[in-house]
Parts: sequence; structure tokens; C-alpha cells
Amino acid sequence: MDFTLWDIVRNLLTGLQWTLLLSLVAFICGGMAGLALVFARLSPIQPLRIAARLYIELFQGTPLLMQLFLMFFGLSLLGLEVSAWFAAALALTLFTSAFLAEIWRGCVEAIPQGQWEASSSLAMTRFEQMRHVILPQALRIAVAPTVGFSVQVVKGTAVTSIIGFTELTKTGGMLANATFKPFLVYGLVALGYFVLCYPLSFAARRLERRLNATAA
Amino acid sequence: MAYQFDFQPVFAQGDRLLQGALFTLELTALGMLFGIGLGIVGAVVRAWRIKPFDMLFGVYVELIRNTPFIVQLFFIFFGLPALGLRMNEWQAGALAMVINLGAYSTEIIRAGIEAVPRSQLEAAAALAMSRMETFRHVVLRPALASVWPALSSQVVIVMLGSAVCSQISIEELTFAANFIQSRNFRAFETYLVTTLLYLVMAILIRQLLAWIGQRFVMRRR
Repeated sequence: MDFTLWDIVRNLLTGLQWTLLLSLVAFICGGMAGLALVFARLSPIQPLRIAARLYIELFQGTPLLMQLFLMFFGLSLLGLEVSAWFAAALALTLFTSAFLAEIWRGCVEAIPQGQWEASSSLAMTRFEQMRHVILPQALRIAVAPTVGFSVQVVKGTAVTSIIGFTELTKTGGMLANATFKPFLVYGLVALGYFVLCYPLSFAARRLERRLNATAA
Repeated sequence: MAYQFDFQPVFAQGDRLLQGALFTLELTALGMLFGIGLGIVGAVVRAWRIKPFDMLFGVYVELIRNTPFIVQLFFIFFGLPALGLRMNEWQAGALAMVINLGAYSTEIIRAGIEAVPRSQLEAAAALAMSRMETFRHVVLRPALASVWPALSSQVVIVMLGSAVCSQISIEELTFAANFIQSRNFRAFETYLVTTLLYLVMAILIRQLLAWIGQRFVMRRR
């Protein structure tokens, strides 16, 4: 079977959609889990703090590929029928949550201590302090690094090709084998990721510069 | 029936895992040495706007930082032979790691160089230091010292990322794990032990780099 250039591009675009979808799911779910983790990481309850630290250390200190394998084979040990898509989404969500939690913790800790003291002197509960005083301020400094990290999530999805999820990289691998044009195909695959990631990197840099300008 | 965990078949292959871990460390060491070297060159070129290479390095950095490592690896190993650049899996893997870390360390070290105050250069000139001396003692050393923690984290990230090198059949740690689980069918146990090995390696590298940083980079003269 002969592949025209358009056939290659068309198939790669289909793969790109899955990459995009997986990135979005991982980023949104990972963001929610990450928020819960920040609360745990900064909680006054020590065991909760320690558990969150261990979780973050574990996911930041091991390869994403291993996390995928463990999820893929571990869930099936529990008797669950896992698709590559489900294992990939779950592993990437956990991976993302650990990194976002650590980024956001830094942002929360950058808020001056006086803000905590002032809000507690207003008899706010810890949750109210977070909700009305600390998080709104932390959010401002968190935007740039969060957007920057989204690039890592998009790139991370490429590893899911190894457990057989047919996203952009996997599609590229199959096309390279079928067409015997690995240079062209992998070049296009790289271009696909670049098109997704570069605007995010660019936005992160702009946001950071703007924040520094207003802070100065 | 509940699943019975059995780690014995994994530990029986301990030698193979350790050998794989050693290869991962070797690959990382190689990537670190040449990657940071490339990063220093790139950072100087970018920070001092040496034309036309600063543009070239700018494009290189953006291309690498906005594409996944596995795609870079595949492009080098499967794509480049089409241009007549044929290499074995080790060469391709090492090259990919150097190129990847080179791009990140270019950006990291550049930030360090740009943070060196102008007055320091003027002071060096006032002391009649040669260009080379100024670069070594006034620019590079303080620049590396200020970005050393960021550089160390990036080395750990690259080490963990090297797990995908197993896909072009480099016999590093993940390759060993894949091999073992394909023989004993204890996939979960094998990958669990391997994951912990990576965690230990990550902690060790972090400690080692912190020590190197204290001892050699941030040392006051």
C-alpha cells in the first residue's frame, strides 16, 4: 500500500488529537488532585504532611515509564480490565498532580507570613484563610510556572506510546514502519509536538516577564 | 483468589538489574559531562550574543525543549540513517541525552551568566585579569554556583528520562526489567523493584551532585 504525504499527515493528525486529549485530561485531573495535595502538604496534621511528601518524592523520583508500567500491570492484578488509555490517563494524572503540588506549594510559601497572621487575627479558619487570602495571591504567581509545566505534560504523553496507547508518537512509529520514511515521519511527529508546546512555552515566558515587571 | 506476590524470581535476576542500573548511570554520566559542556558553550554564545551562533543555539534550545525526548531519540536512531548517519543504539542514546541536556543547561547556565553583575566584569578589568581569567573566575564559576541546584535537578530528570532508551534496545535498567518480566511473568513485582532502584539512583545522584556543588563549584577562593 502506498502512502502519499497527505495520508501520513492525516494519520498523524488523528494521533495528535489523542495526544491533545490525553494532555487535557491529565492536566485537568492532575490539577484537581494537585490542589488536594497542596492542602495535605501544608496541613497542620503531620502524618498527612508526611504522606503528601512521600507521594511527591515517589512520583518525582521515578521514571514516568515505570509509573505507567506499574499502573498498567498493577491494576490488572486487582482484576480490573485496563485499557492502555485508562492506564495512561491515570498514571499521567498522578504524575502531573505531584509536580503541580510542588510548584503550587512554592507559590503558597512565597506569600508573606503576615498574611497568615492577619487573617488568623480576623478569626478566619484555616480553610477560609486559604480560600480568601492566601490562594488568590498565590494564584497570581502560580500562573506562569503552571503554564510552563503543561509543556512537560504534553511531552510526557509521548511515553504512553510504549504501553500501546495510539497517540502521536505511536502513530508515527507505525507510519515509519509502513512507509520506510522514518526521517520524514519522525520529523513531522516532532513538528506536531512543537506546534502544541511552543505556544505554551512562549506564553509561560511572557506571563513570567509581565509578573516580574509588575512586581518591580 | 487474591494475587500472591512473589519477589523471589525478581531477586534471582538481581545481577541483571544491577548491571542495567550501572549502564543507566554510565549513560547519565556521559550525558551530564558532555551535555553540561555543550550547555556552557551555548550559554556563553547566547548570553554574549555571539552572531550568528546565538540564533542557531536559540532555535536548537526551543526545538529540543518543546519536543519529547523519546521522539528525539527515535529521530536520531531511526531517522538519521536515512541521511547516511548510521550509529549503533549506544551512540544514538548517548547523543540524544547530550543534545537534550545540552539544550536545558544552555538555558539554565545562561540565566546564571546573565545574573553576574556588570560591575564584577569592570572590577576584573581593573585588576588587569585576562579575558580567559575573567571568564573562568568572574563569570563561569559564580554563574555555575548560582544555578547548580537547577542543573542538578535537570540531570536527575534526564536520568529518569533515559528509561525510554530501552525502546531502541539499549540494555539499561528498564531494558533489563522488560527482559526479566518477559521470562518470569512477574511484571508488577519486577517493575516495582525497578522503580525503587530508580528512586534510589535519583536520591544518590542528587546527593552526589549536592556534594560536588559544595566541594568544587560553590567553594570560595
